[in-house]
Amino acid sequence: MTTNISKDLLMLMLERMWRIRHFELKLTEMYNAGEVGGVHLYIGQEAVAVGACAALKDSDYIAGNHRSHGHPIAKGANLKKAMAEIFGRIDGYCKGKGGSMHLADFSVGILGESGIVASSVPVATGAALASKLEGKDFVSAVFFGDGASNQGACHESMNLASVWDLPVLFICENNQYAVTTSYKDTVAVEHISDRAQAYNMPGILVDGQDAIAMYEATAQAVERARNGEGPTLIEALTYRFEDHSLGLEKIRKSEYREESEIDEWRLRDPLDLLTKSIVDSGTATPAECDAVSANAHAEVEEAAEFARNSPFPDESELYKDMFASDMPVV
Amino acid sequence: MTEKMFMQALGMGIAEEMRIDPKVFLMGEDVRASVYGAASGLHDEFGDERILNTPLSENGFFGAAVGAAAVGMRPIVETLTSFMWVGMDQLVSQAAKMRYMFGGQATLPVVYRAVMYYGGGSAAHHSDRSYPVFMNIGGLKIVTPGTPADAKGLMKTAIRDNDPVIMFEDGTLLGTRGEVPDDPDFTVPFGVANILREGTDVTVVAIAGSVPRALAAAEEMAKEGVSVEVIDPRTLVPLDKETILNSVGKTGRLVVADPAAKVCSAASEIMSIVGEEAFWDLQAPMQKVASKQVHIPFSPSLEKLVYPTSDGIIESIKKTLG
Repeated sequence: MTTNISKDLLMLMLERMWRIRHFELKLTEMYNAGEVGGVHLYIGQEAVAVGACAALKDSDYIAGNHRSHGHPIAKGANLKKAMAEIFGRIDGYCKGKGGSMHLADFSVGILGESGIVASSVPVATGAALASKLEGKDFVSAVFFGDGASNQGACHESMNLASVWDLPVLFICENNQYAVTTSYKDTVAVEHISDRAQAYNMPGILVDGQDAIAMYEATAQAVERARNGEGPTLIEALTYRFEDHSLGLEKIRKSEYREESEIDEWRLRDPLDLLTKSIVDSGTATPAECDAVSANAHAEVEEAAEFARNSPFPDESELYKDMFASDMPVV
Repeated sequence: MTEKMFMQALGMGIAEEMRIDPKVFLMGEDVRASVYGAASGLHDEFGDERILNTPLSENGFFGAAVGAAAVGMRPIVETLTSFMWVGMDQLVSQAAKMRYMFGGQATLPVVYRAVMYYGGGSAAHHSDRSYPVFMNIGGLKIVTPGTPADAKGLMKTAIRDNDPVIMFEDGTLLGTRGEVPDDPDFTVPFGVANILREGTDVTVVAIAGSVPRALAAAEEMAKEGVSVEVIDPRTLVPLDKETILNSVGKTGRLVVADPAAKVCSAASEIMSIVGEEAFWDLQAPMQKVASKQVHIPFSPSLEKLVYPTSDGIIESIKKTLG
């Protein structure tokens, strides 16, 4: 794809995608070594979060879901704090109280990932409501899956956002399967983006393997949102290269998808596609791209070491953070 | 001081806080028309931008309030207790848990005003007294005013508080009258029980709509020479244990009156605390006067059998006296 995106932004996208990929590969390695528990891997979907977040400012907000590492890293989360959280350590983003599915960094606009499918969709809608009520120019974006698109919370939020013209982006990552069930068996329309018509908002179908396409679609939606023209539903067609989560052996062995289908999608690895665009357009050399990957790999190794060496939270943390005010819990 | 209805006192509390703080706004179903009364006049004063009529989408707007609060607004959400079930995911998974789960990063100054209708022939779907459910979840402050003055003072504290608060507005109290301070600086702190009547023989802890019934029972018992102390905890989370334990230390007898259903009620928790911490002060078994463990029947002949009454409280007081 030809593009007008600056070299800096393209290289930033490549960097963040590699950070996610290496982060997830490292977690797989550490899971196999018994160092961390089962997590939901984002491998194969990197272009969605990174392309979308590249179109956002630091002052914009995002919220996400249980497949929870890609969104914060794409928004600029600190790898050490993210990794320490997955290790349940005190230096983690949530002091070890949230874990893999609840990474959050309010300082860079990450309002949190959510273990309950679609549960963060109303929350992101509310952040957009605050923007509108206060006359601010920030927007919010929420990432959810094809499975979540069937939840009432999703439908209620899209309707609310449209009725009130809220600056929110509903980004559906259609990775084809809710655990083992194909969206084709659970979604009544051909494309989830078709549902936008029912909420009187634009619905955009995007190649979710293509970071540049994601960036461009998101940038368009962000512009609409900032201009007060309301929400957009973006459906990113993507694919989960790995199983639903590490640790679910039973699901891994099931035959809910063909190997050939997985192989076909792997031919469209989002990292290969972005690297090719960068190299083909003469933006950077293959060696420069390799260096980005190597650097991200080193950062992830450093993050893993940091997490291993961070202490576990002690007993004094148990009751902390239940309330903002200092009061006895019971 | 001015005499006001409980419902007006709630509205005064909201209006005063909205005048002080532009980040406060109210949303809910039909709030501009103030179908439930407490929001009366607010739309005229504060306009469309701060009084928002929502679609019938509790899960959607309960959660939108969380998101708005997370980025600095101070939303007030109006609903009915019975509609809270529809938005439970956002109340529990987000409002209650977000701060702890994110290691204290989220500050959520949101007030859910739950109008709690019961006793009026509305049957099981519109008669919930659900505060014990939310006490069990944790992470939510639970407020149950029993007088008009407390309705105003606790509302103001709820709006200024930095945690999610559920304000249970007892439908049987909305029409009651009492002296309400006019002073805009008047607030009632959380976690401080109100000793509504001092006494020496029996302690009655009365929650929400039980307050006037307990006071009537105390008046009646006084005629028989029994001195009853009536305590309204006012907030169930946080709960002022000390005032209750001190009173039981003095009287040695405890009755708890609670319009919630009997099993795992607020009364259950209060009696459990007294059992654990003040057992040796007790001179008689504690008595629970809560609603019968049934769904609310429509027929008035059945519904009147369900809730705590003054007579039921008197009977229980007498049981503690042997």
